Amino acid sequence: MKVIEVKGLVKSYGDFTAVAGIDLSIEAGEIFALLGPNGAGKTTTVEILAGFRIPNSGSVSVLGFDPATKGDAGRSWRNRIGIVLQTASDAGSFKVREIVKHFSAFYANPRDVDQVIEAVGLTEKRDSLVLELSGGQRRRLDVALGIIGNPELLFLDEPTTGFDPEARRAFWSLIRDLKAGGTTILLTTHYLDEAEELADRVAVIATGKIIEVSTPALLGGRSTAKATVSWMGRSGLESEESDNPTAVVTKLAAQFDGEIPELAITRPSLEDIYLKMIGGRDE
Amino acid sequence: MNKVPGTLKLGLLRGQMEIIQFSRQKEAVVFTIFFPVILLAIFGSVFKDTIAPGVTFSQYFVAGMIASGLVNSGFQNIAINIPIERDLGAIKRLRGTPLPITSYFIGKAISVFASMVVQVLILLAIGIAFFGLNLPTDPSKWITFTWLLILGTASSTALGVAFSSVPKNGRGASAIVSPVVIILQFFSGVFFVFTQLPGWMQQVAAVFPLKWLTQGMRSVFLPDTFAAQEVAASWEGGRTALILFIWLIVGLFFAVKTFRWENK
Repeated sequence: MKVIEVKGLVKSYGDFTAVAGIDLSIEAGEIFALLGPNGAGKTTTVEILAGFRIPNSGSVSVLGFDPATKGDAGRSWRNRIGIVLQTASDAGSFKVREIVKHFSAFYANPRDVDQVIEAVGLTEKRDSLVLELSGGQRRRLDVALGIIGNPELLFLDEPTTGFDPEARRAFWSLIRDLKAGGTTILLTTHYLDEAEELADRVAVIATGKIIEVSTPALLGGRSTAKATVSWMGRSGLESEESDNPTAVVTKLAAQFDGEIPELAITRPSLEDIYLKMIGGRDE
Repeated sequence: MNKVPGTLKLGLLRGQMEIIQFSRQKEAVVFTIFFPVILLAIFGSVFKDTIAPGVTFSQYFVAGMIASGLVNSGFQNIAINIPIERDLGAIKRLRGTPLPITSYFIGKAISVFASMVVQVLILLAIGIAFFGLNLPTDPSKWITFTWLLILGTASSTALGVAFSSVPKNGRGASAIVSPVVIILQFFSGVFFVFTQLPGWMQQVAAVFPLKWLTQGMRSVFLPDTFAAQEVAASWEGGRTALILFIWLIVGLFFAVKTFRWENK
């Protein structure tokens, strides 16, 4: 079943085109990552899918509904989704449990308040004021408020920005637990390792367009990428890209009649591929 | 699948949260609750004359303070706080949940009403204890007081939500909203006897709700003999209700029409 189906999505603000024709198709139970640099159009896309913004053109279906649906139908649609937007700093004068419990009242079938607080690792902080939380704890509270309604679909907009490595690992395991529970997750991130770690599929997005949709392992033709053989030639450093680096080395060995100076064979990392993909779009 | 909870029930829960939030902001509590008391103390000590037989200035002033309390707690607080809530991302977060916007408005109104009840109790207690305030004994006066408080809360809240669309962000909100309220207070006979104000001021004030709230509260706290000294030589209860109701409708219309969940 398709949870999200998007065709030809366009959104501009004045002269600036934030989203320039995006197609997306996301399956139930999937973790799908929108990966791209800042300003690529990730947040705008998520905010359209979550019903915050109206696109200029294109068709959008989320859980079978147009996110712009208002009234009672809009309410029952929102009852089925959870949204964790980029950093908010509200609710400072509430206690953690108070605010989670309050949000649970908005939904028809909320999760258990204490279990959710436990799942995001805030049990020790449940009676603390929100303004006393650290940045990472606050972000985990954001997630708690996003999942308290027991959503079928969860939007996570750059959830781990500003986390230390340990907090990110803990967060990733929380997201994997949610997936195991059957939640479909649309995640935006500019961290490559996060997409690689969590996502079933990744869409690389830059300047409002999707460059490629793939599994992390196959992204940018990584599994079949050419190796680069480099060496010190007569007039400086030379290199050659090849599918058969061994043949290149054999050829070079014959040329140099023995040891090849400064020989190196490298294959592109996911990061190289990603930077190449988004770099080509920068101008 | 169960149905999402009802709008009114969620409105009551929002009201509870708004009250908790307000009560934990100590500066706001002190300012909102005690500022009218401090003003009463100042004005009550400066103006010791009677403005009509049996009517002290304090008696007149308490009516004005309760009326302007409605404008401060409702219109002013809400029009300043909603832009701040927008800055913090609070409204955007709520917008992403099944909470109806109506419940959010109801919550605001409940918190204004609760704060008014506390304000009135403290103001009246201090007035009685230190400034010779007399409470009305006629039950019909208290009925008038009750509907004024409810209608005043509703229209002040609605107008506050409507006006919250004017400030661009939380930082500028106070500078835009406060002068409106202060000017209205001077024009509406809160600090001075209304009929002693210049005619044009009275006419400007008559367009806005505060003048009618103030006059309505005078009809509660001043003897009926004083009605003869009002502009229309009457308390104009019916007209007060009508004008407050019209402002409520105007406020609701713009509140719903212009409400934004984030700053521009």
